[in-house]
Amino acid sequence: MTEPMAYPLTAAEARRVLYLLTMSRAFEERVMALVTDGSIRGTTHPYVGQEAVAVGACLGLQPDDWVVSTHRGHGHLLAKGGDPNRLMAELFGKATGYGGGKGGTQHVADYAVGHLGSNGITGGGIPIGTGAALSAQMRRSGQVVGVFFGDGAANQGTFHESLNLAALWRLPAVYVCENNLYAMSTPHHEACAVEHIADRATAYGIPGVQVDGMDVLAVAAVVRTAADRARSGQGPTLIEAKTYRFLGHSRSDQRVYRTRDEEAAWRARDPIPCFQEWMRTHRLATGAEIEAVTTAALSAVDAAVEFARQSPFPDTAALHDGVFADDGSCAT
Amino acid sequence: MRDLTYWQALQEALRQEMTRDPAVFLMGEDIGAYGGAFGVTRGLLAEFGPERVRCTPISEATIVGAATGAALTGLRPVVEIMFMDFLTLTMDQLANHAAKFRYMYGAQARVPLVVRTPAGGGRCYGATHSQSLEAWFLHVPGLKVVAPATAADAKSLLTAAIRDDNPVLCVEHKLLYATTGPVPEGDTPATIGRAAIRRAGTDVTLVTYSYYVGIALKAAEELAAAGIDAEVVDLRSLVPMDTETILASVRKTGRLVCIEEGTRTGGVGAEIAARVAEHAYEYLDAPIRRIAAADVPIPFSPPLEQADLPSQAGIVQTVQNLVLGG
Repeated sequence: MTEPMAYPLTAAEARRVLYLLTMSRAFEERVMALVTDGSIRGTTHPYVGQEAVAVGACLGLQPDDWVVSTHRGHGHLLAKGGDPNRLMAELFGKATGYGGGKGGTQHVADYAVGHLGSNGITGGGIPIGTGAALSAQMRRSGQVVGVFFGDGAANQGTFHESLNLAALWRLPAVYVCENNLYAMSTPHHEACAVEHIADRATAYGIPGVQVDGMDVLAVAAVVRTAADRARSGQGPTLIEAKTYRFLGHSRSDQRVYRTRDEEAAWRARDPIPCFQEWMRTHRLATGAEIEAVTTAALSAVDAAVEFARQSPFPDTAALHDGVFADDGSCAT
Repeated sequence: MRDLTYWQALQEALRQEMTRDPAVFLMGEDIGAYGGAFGVTRGLLAEFGPERVRCTPISEATIVGAATGAALTGLRPVVEIMFMDFLTLTMDQLANHAAKFRYMYGAQARVPLVVRTPAGGGRCYGATHSQSLEAWFLHVPGLKVVAPATAADAKSLLTAAIRDDNPVLCVEHKLLYATTGPVPEGDTPATIGRAAIRRAGTDVTLVTYSYYVGIALKAAEELAAAGIDAEVVDLRSLVPMDTETILASVRKTGRLVCIEEGTRTGGVGAEIAARVAEHAYEYLDAPIRRIAAADVPIPFSPPLEQADLPSQAGIVQTVQNLVLGG
């Protein structure tokens, strides 16, 4: 783990970080159980194992900065301060969800906390985040956009187009590539011609930074540096967080493409116990305080599930609403 | 009222809206000093500066995606995609992103995005620079599609598109840019979704849009000389489509001919024919006819291209056969 001087935290801030890591983990584990028992329909892409990237990145950004998320996006929304109740309700397809149940797991946004949306198309969000950064620059709002995407998305054309444009126009964007080593089942080394995605930054004349994606404070530190740089008009940074998803790509994944030994090695570096240990070592929390944070996180997830279960499904009359901003004008 | 060319009318809409609303800005390839491939933005760089007239790299997906991101966060981008054929490169951003965000994310999201694009053939540009692909976009809920036929509509529909809080595709036929017509000085937007009766008639309804409105009107004059009184409906907007105006016309004339430049199968005419068959079948005195390009890539060779695209003579022949039972 990172030394405290690299990213100073108060005890209260450290507890908040632990809370978000733990709540995100508990949320996803609960979602997997709810998908398995049929309470949640469809698919889901669990973020378990990668929590330090989202929590660290959002810690390194300012509260009014924006993020753009991915198909594996629950952790980004929760880390940015999104409401677990409304997220869980959306996963249940309930009217109280962020999109009234119309979006589902891969299509959720919370503009009030600066989350511009998760995205079901691999690499689809990269131009969206780039455009939000253009907007921030043109409106001189001082905002920075954290653009999350995976190692698979880094091979899409939108990655190249967007990083080129952002570098050219010095847009205030921080591109956070979560390299979890597999694009669904395809290993990174079988899909990408270079070992380190961060090395591609050279092609755009921008900084490329590798960071330990299991170390929440290391992620926060590099994102803070990149955000400061972006905010001061020096343009974007490409960050590659080396991380690992502990579970399969989605609910149906049997993980035949990787070994249990590899999984165990990464689980030994689980960001949550690592951060708990860091808190204890640096006397930022007692064992009892850590226990209390964990309990609070689990309670929040319990409450979210209860909220989702108690919420009504949308009225089927809502089917036609919301296609256009001026509903009704487009009746055919 | 002064006459303007179609491109001048478009430019006047851009200028007036950029002057009126600082959130409006332009993005596209070669739209600066060059003025865009068809000259619509010529002079605007000098007038508004490079921050609001943004020349981009050749990156169509990211141009539209970034414009969508800018639209989501408070700006009103107007994108130019140099040829409609290049919309293929933007399809994911248009169809999966811009068109769906509001529905998926709820009312917090709005995408006031305009994508302008030159369409159509007749200039021997070959198969990848001549297409009329607008029918594809009828199949994407969440996108509006306008296709002005006159200089006045070019200005008023583009103005409306810029003020609309939804993504709007503005289809501009290349052969219309140099045409002229009276254009009001003010900045009154059109109502997107209202067709116009360009010529009243009693014997047959010709439904079309964009460049073929003018061709249909010429055909109607020729038909009038032959004793056939054709009504010409200019759709102006394909989404939303003014079905009521089409149905009212067909109920009056009893005959429908749909005219478009895009390929025939799955075209705009197919959709119009289906709506009329569903809602006004009992008023039809004759089968519905579709006039469209053949289901082939647009050929380069001038006589082949002319043979492919709908023509005034072809319209006249089809209508005569339909009305006179020839």
